[in-house]
Amino acid sequence: MTLYIFYFLSFLAILSAFMVVFSKNPVHSVLYLIVTFFAIAGHYILLNAQFLAAVHIIVYAGAIMVLFLYVIMMLNLNKETEPHKSTYLKLAATVSGGIFMVVLIGSLKGVEKIENLNAANQSAGLIKNLGHVLYNDYMLPFEMASILFLTAMVGAVLLGKNELK
Amino acid sequence: MLTNRSKVVVDKKMTFSERIYLPAIIGGLFITIKHFFKKKATIDYPKVTREMSGVYRGQHVLKVDENGAERCVACGLCAVACPAEAITMTGAERKPGEEKLYREEKYAAVYEINMLRCIYCGLCEDACPKEAIFLTDRLVEVSSNRDDMIFGKDKLKEKYFNEVDITKRLTKEVIEFKKDKFHLHNQMD
Amino acid sequence: MVSGFIIYKAIMVVVVFLIGLGIAAYSTYAERKVAAFIQDRIGPNNAGPYGLLQPIADGVKMFMKEEIIPDVSNKFLFILGPSLAMLTACMTGAVIPWSSPIVINGVSYPLQITDVNIGILYIFGVVSIGVYGIMIGGWASNNKYSLLGALRASAQMISYEIAMGLSIIALVMTTGTLSLGEIAAQQAGWHWNVLYQPLGFLIFITCAFAECNRTPFDLPECETELVGGYHTEYSSMKLGFYLFAEYVNMFISSAIIATLYFGGYNMPLVGRFVTDPNILSILGVVFMFAKVFFFIFFFMWIRWTIPRFRYDQLMHLGWRIFIPLSILNILLTGLGILVFNK
Repeated sequence: MTLYIFYFLSFLAILSAFMVVFSKNPVHSVLYLIVTFFAIAGHYILLNAQFLAAVHIIVYAGAIMVLFLYVIMMLNLNKETEPHKSTYLKLAATVSGGIFMVVLIGSLKGVEKIENLNAANQSAGLIKNLGHVLYNDYMLPFEMASILFLTAMVGAVLLGKNELK
Repeated sequence: MLTNRSKVVVDKKMTFSERIYLPAIIGGLFITIKHFFKKKATIDYPKVTREMSGVYRGQHVLKVDENGAERCVACGLCAVACPAEAITMTGAERKPGEEKLYREEKYAAVYEINMLRCIYCGLCEDACPKEAIFLTDRLVEVSSNRDDMIFGKDKLKEKYFNEVDITKRLTKEVIEFKKDKFHLHNQMD
Repeated sequence: MVSGFIIYKAIMVVVVFLIGLGIAAYSTYAERKVAAFIQDRIGPNNAGPYGLLQPIADGVKMFMKEEIIPDVSNKFLFILGPSLAMLTACMTGAVIPWSSPIVINGVSYPLQITDVNIGILYIFGVVSIGVYGIMIGGWASNNKYSLLGALRASAQMISYEIAMGLSIIALVMTTGTLSLGEIAAQQAGWHWNVLYQPLGFLIFITCAFAECNRTPFDLPECETELVGGYHTEYSSMKLGFYLFAEYVNMFISSAIIATLYFGGYNMPLVGRFVTDPNILSILGVVFMFAKVFFFIFFFMWIRWTIPRFRYDQLMHLGWRIFIPLSILNILLTGLGILVFNK
């Protein structure tokens, strides 16, 4: 049962990810991306990481993609307004995309053997354990991340201000 | 100052309690909930009708006398009195044998009131020397058609044995008033 | 055993769904009645006794109306919009605890569809998806008014979600759990969270108004500026779905407010007179719905009292008042926990 759900979700995620790239209309791309996020959230739930799944949906599908959609609707992108892409630009995109793929494949090579999750690990994704781990073992990286966010916020406010001395 | 409720507008800084708006919102909520329990002003119209004054000036009636003969003599005084010029009529002479239908020798063959022009002032009633036309407390039926709103004798004349009650408008005081010099022509026989 | 479990859950789902829709339908009637009463009128009174059949008449009217799909719009997305709005509105009901469990023959049946251990986050996730129904519908209509309404809606909902989330964080700090079932159970007796989190409650309920697009935050559909906002191009039952989703949202928001801040199914002093857990559970349903109805009434009461905000006032309120205020609330809560607890 779980296996079939996994196959279905994986199929959905990959298919919609391809549709993000191939669909002509940017709004459709965003909507396909949302479907992808939902499929990934489904994977998290299969891994018993409910907190991660919920946060994934709230943050990515609920907030970031809404902003994407917002911007795309505001700009009203379509064929006429599409900027002209030169051959060099296309070539550079292909090369960088290819390099990124090589990096991904290379990183996958090291983790061929996935350890089976045992029963004791089943609750690893639950919020209580997650909190314990975050605030005990990974306290410093967690706080660093929040400082990073704070910096980003300050930067955003700075950019948003019109009059700068 | 017309009322004692007017407030002088002052452009002063709002106090803290004014700036958080909560007292104002709660005050507003109390006002609305007070209205929630108030007696409602609605009258459930077709089932219940608003109580009308006995001297309400609604649709006209052309009275008939106790034998069912028309009182109107087509003298035209109502048409002259009408400030909206809503009344038109054509007089005709009574033929022998029609005494049951018309009380006097002259009668109105056509008597029309344009209900869209009429302002329901009641001057026609004051002008009438024969107590033939009265405004009643009946509401005028509406129509989607202008032509239907010109009421002829078919709609105005009261039916014999189905009299329209006008006693409230024809009180003693009114009769007394009608005997006034100004309405000399009005004196009752 | 497993099939019994599934049957029981299926019954729960259907019952909650039907009750939700029924209450939403009668909310439309109640809205008109409350509006009328506040304005010294009597409201709908011709369909059935006291106009009680009015929602059915309205529904039939909606179904019978001509279905118009604009020629230029994207048909699939045009239909997807109201469906999503309705779907997300109905999904939230799954985690709300309606009462304490009923025990029959030693088997405990919780009156809650599912007690996820991240119930609050689930609600948040679904609510944050809810904005897509409006955005997609507004965009697919290919109409400037619709698009503006959709943009307003999304900007408003994102802004108020932040303050709402921050106010809930303070609540979670005091409760120590994200499960709605546990939060409701903790508030037995007088321990209603509103007593511990008055500021958080104020922020939460205001944000709930904004999330439901209710007056005074109904700018996405404000008639005076945007015709109908995001549902300008919709007709027939698709429009009905949008309007209906608003009322379902209102019902669910009321249930969440009652659960999070007003003790859910708990009522003080009742435990002294009634000891049988099953009777207590049934009474719990009654109390829960009494609270829910009160908040639905409160939603309407506010709507017919306070006029609509201007858009800059809305954003000012959301970003520059509620977000700092909710962060302050978190700090105060943390201080309170540090001083008074343990």
